[in-house]
Amino acid sequence: MADNVTPRVRVPRDASAGDSVSVRTLISHPMESGQRRDGDGNLIPRSIINRFTCDFNGQNVIDVTLEPAISTNPYFQFDATVPESGTFQFTWYDDDGSVYEETAEITVT
Amino acid sequence: MRKTSLFGGAAVAAVAIALAGATSADIGDDEELIVNGEIEMIIETAAPEHLQDRLSTIYSGWVFRSDETQAMQADDFDNPGMIFVDQGLEAFETVMGTEGQSCASCHENAESLSEVRSTYPKWDEERGLVQTVEMQIIECQTERMGAEPYGYDSQDMRNMTALISSVGRGIPVNVAIDGPAQETWEQGREIYYTRFGQLELSCANCHEDNYGNLIRADHLSQGQINGFPTYRLRNAGLVSIHNRFRGCIRDTRGETFSVGSPEFVALELYVASRGNGLTVEGPSVRN
Repeated sequence: MADNVTPRVRVPRDASAGDSVSVRTLISHPMESGQRRDGDGNLIPRSIINRFTCDFNGQNVIDVTLEPAISTNPYFQFDATVPESGTFQFTWYDDDGSVYEETAEITVT
Repeated sequence: MRKTSLFGGAAVAAVAIALAGATSADIGDDEELIVNGEIEMIIETAAPEHLQDRLSTIYSGWVFRSDETQAMQADDFDNPGMIFVDQGLEAFETVMGTEGQSCASCHENAESLSEVRSTYPKWDEERGLVQTVEMQIIECQTERMGAEPYGYDSQDMRNMTALISSVGRGIPVNVAIDGPAQETWEQGREIYYTRFGQLELSCANCHEDNYGNLIRADHLSQGQINGFPTYRLRNAGLVSIHNRFRGCIRDTRGETFSVGSPEFVALELYVASRGNGLTVEGPSVRN
């Protein structure tokens, strides 16, 4: 179980219909690769975020598989076209079964 | 013919030197650092009076970093150090110890501590010594909260100092070097100019005589500590002031003072005073 996992997202508050908006996400996570050894020579078990998804009003925007080589505190930035007002739903899936969720509202005028 | 080729060679060398000059840190560029579009940082200013026979201008370490690293510090979302500020804020509001108190019980909110980072290390009348922010936190924990104190360089401590620094961003550093703190300050200056280790290097040899020049693939800064605790990309975590001091002395192949030792407290006061006039930046982002 990774400690202190806090997701953070930043989405513009409003946009015009059909605009492409920049979405940024960051989650604090150690992303332990499973390759390292501790002081006694034992393998430190792998513990990473293995999947990240973003949906907008129920429609999938991005679905990412993460691998152990990705460094600590994974950061994603991507563009999304927003046709209407709605909610971005972000989900991170941890190796230990934990699921972290965050949402962000956007108003389209 | 031979003459021409010699001349050609010299010209090429001159160009190479000029190029090296252009890339050796961006000193004197009209760069500015405005965090979140609102906190204006002083990244370059006249040296404080006590330093003027040595340096005319002082620069924040931010000036010496690459454009990409600089940009990370300009926005809290891109600054990974802010993750730890969030964790510090959580601890700030959490009750610890036998007295049933959190930091917020006395200090209300973190913003009430905005003047702390810019004025520490500071003479403590009650205890009769110069205290760092870390020592002050430990004093609160042991004497007021009845709590197990944080380790001087522990993750919890760095989270808390990052929080305290973050609320003081944009305020110019102004540590007192006269009065009762003077003796400690002079001890710190002594350490600053003392050569340590097998390489026989003093702080000044790199950070006063050679700032802006390359040390291997990296530009030497003036060694200012206004940006601490610093998020170092190579550590993927926060680095405290004393940890950085220890790293520097270790790199001279010397036996270092320990984190939290009176020697490092004195050195911290002196180095902080060399940055009087630069703004508090912590948690800054460095490579």
